Amino acid sequence: MKKIKYIIQREFLTRIQRKSFWVMALLGPFLIASVIILPIYFSTLEDKEVKVIAVVDSSRVFVDRIPDTQNLKFRYVENVNIARFIKNFQEEGYWGVLFISHVVTYSPNSVILYSHGQAGLTVKYHIENALKKEIEHRILAANGIEDLNKTLEALKANVNLRMIKLDEKGNQKESNTILAMIVGYASGFLIYLFIFLFGSQVMRGVIEEKANRIIEVIVSSVRPFELMMGKILGVAGVALVQFILWIVITFSLVSAGRALFFPEISRANSEEVIIHSNSGKTVNEFSQLPQNESELKATAVFEAIKNIDFFVILSSFLFFFLGGYLLYGALFAAIGSLADNEADTQQYMLPVTIPLILAIYVMINTINNPDSALSFWFSIIPLTSPIVMMVRIPFGVPYWEVALSMILLIAAFVFFTWFSAKIYRTAILMYGKQVSYKEIWKWFKYS
Amino acid sequence: MNILELNQVSKKFGQHCALDRVSFTVPRGSIFGLLGPNGAGKTTTLRIINQIIAPDEGEVFFEGHKLCPDDVAKMGYLPEERGLYKKMGVGEQALYLAQLKGLSRSEALKKLKFWFEKLEIAGWWDKKVEQLSKGMAQKVQFVTTVVHDPALLIFDEPFSGFDPINALMLKNEILELKNNGATIIFSTHNMNSVEELCDSIALINRSKVILDGDVDVIKQRYKKHIFELVFSGSEERFRGSLNPSFFELISLKPQQSMFRAMVKMKGKPVDNELLKSVIDEVHVISFREILPGMDEIFIEVVKGI
Repeated sequence: MKKIKYIIQREFLTRIQRKSFWVMALLGPFLIASVIILPIYFSTLEDKEVKVIAVVDSSRVFVDRIPDTQNLKFRYVENVNIARFIKNFQEEGYWGVLFISHVVTYSPNSVILYSHGQAGLTVKYHIENALKKEIEHRILAANGIEDLNKTLEALKANVNLRMIKLDEKGNQKESNTILAMIVGYASGFLIYLFIFLFGSQVMRGVIEEKANRIIEVIVSSVRPFELMMGKILGVAGVALVQFILWIVITFSLVSAGRALFFPEISRANSEEVIIHSNSGKTVNEFSQLPQNESELKATAVFEAIKNIDFFVILSSFLFFFLGGYLLYGALFAAIGSLADNEADTQQYMLPVTIPLILAIYVMINTINNPDSALSFWFSIIPLTSPIVMMVRIPFGVPYWEVALSMILLIAAFVFFTWFSAKIYRTAILMYGKQVSYKEIWKWFKYS
Repeated sequence: MNILELNQVSKKFGQHCALDRVSFTVPRGSIFGLLGPNGAGKTTTLRIINQIIAPDEGEVFFEGHKLCPDDVAKMGYLPEERGLYKKMGVGEQALYLAQLKGLSRSEALKKLKFWFEKLEIAGWWDKKVEQLSKGMAQKVQFVTTVVHDPALLIFDEPFSGFDPINALMLKNEILELKNNGATIIFSTHNMNSVEELCDSIALINRSKVILDGDVDVIKQRYKKHIFELVFSGSEERFRGSLNPSFFELISLKPQQSMFRAMVKMKGKPVDNELLKSVIDEVHVISFREILPGMDEIFIEVVKGI
């Protein structure tokens, strides 16, 4: 077994030296960072231009009823010929013309916005909402509801649900579902991505050795099992380095991007951090005495962030990440050994892809309902547990469930490695033969 | 003393019997030929010796003890299906393969340097394998097979992939290795290509060893008592000198001013009978006994079973 270190070393170094590794290392965080930064950035860029819209209201119901916004101004024009006006509204300084026909209250299609530029969704929703509200108003008034304005004011109830989770000892923990969802979804998806990405690297490595015909030279020096495990562990090292690079680069990109695009936010944030680190009490005082709505919200988020146990999440992520990868890595190695080239792997891929895709489906369900029976079972069964359990953990999972899931994952890893090694050592020396599942079973029994 | 001994080795793949109670011995310091047609079981035998696969039955002894995993460090194997990592550097790759054979990094570097200079390929160290021609890659492959000074070298169809220049180089290097004390096993279906090199052989056909032993002994056993006679003089007198009850004239061809005759003796030659009969009739220029080629012996043995 002492030679396995040379194999791990080679598998690791040759991959780290490849250009594609560094391209992925840089591109991945850029993608993640741009997913975080760009939408925020674009939302601030959007609609700096003020659009003045002429409203031609032949129903006369909506005069001065559509509120102006920062970027949208509505002007009511009367006594115009709509057909002629559509042709020359731009010369009169309007961005568009909103035409409301007099049948608007019973024919919803009778409102039209004419413009030369494409109107965005925000414009559409703003106008639709304003008109809808006014129509509702009128219907309510027509049905004779008294004190209309008061009733409407009362209808605007504002509920901001604070969620406090009790653990077994009765301690209170403020939880933020959205945050748990994001952390859970991100970790589950990352594990899925890495299993596929690096599992197929193992598979391609095995095929390469077979196709190059170097395999027989190597197995005359080391045992096939050492070669297989060396490859899987070497690629695991590559995956870890890739992952760490992603985290480091993403964090620096996000903070650099924040400083670049939103200097105010990053300043405000750092001030908040200072407050919290200076006195832990601040947060508690806040939470006990919420003074206004926005303060209440901020309190909830900070309480939740404080209550996410990053150590538990990070260490369980590493465990399920490695466990899941090792389990699937062995299967991918076996698939690679059965094929002469990558196209041949398709027929064996299905049994491996199905549990992974199933895990992604269950993951979406789990985010909405982390304690359901479905989520429970899929987070215990080893083939799906690395993904599904990682989604559940940020929501809080009883320790015995995590422990059971981990023990089963280790057991499954040992079993699948043993199983794959049996297939692998027979299949790597076979060429030009499509092996059926029946035949694989036969080798399995005889070897 | 024998470096390698196979004793009743059998191997089955499913229903197919790849090796059926194969036994032979390889004397230390000799060149041994494992000969037989394609699909006879040669590669399976070599894989068992290299411990790539395990036999179902029987035993293999190496240097007097039962074959064990550490023995791979003392063997060098050039498989029929051979190749290198295309994207890896030549030197780096040779170093890796040498380390897998159990050499330390510094030892491997020293020995690789020696071999790279010997085969005049030192300039390729930093090249990628994909930049090499096939012939160049074969030289690198040969180096990785011998770099760890194996006591037993195993070549499967060694000359099939090599061009004539590299084949000659390979032959010379192998003979030198033999003179330095290494034992060499050749495996090939092209029997005549290695018989001049081999000291002993095993003929293998349909999973069974049908003949094995010293090459000279085997050839003597299977010789047909055919002689080649080159002479000048009268063709008539030559024909007349051969007594048809003892000799059979197979062919007689004029060759410039001479004749080349093939004569088969009907009994066992004891006392230069052929020479004695013709020596007074024609002028004998050369005389030699024709020994059978390995492929002829093979066909005869296969037919005889």
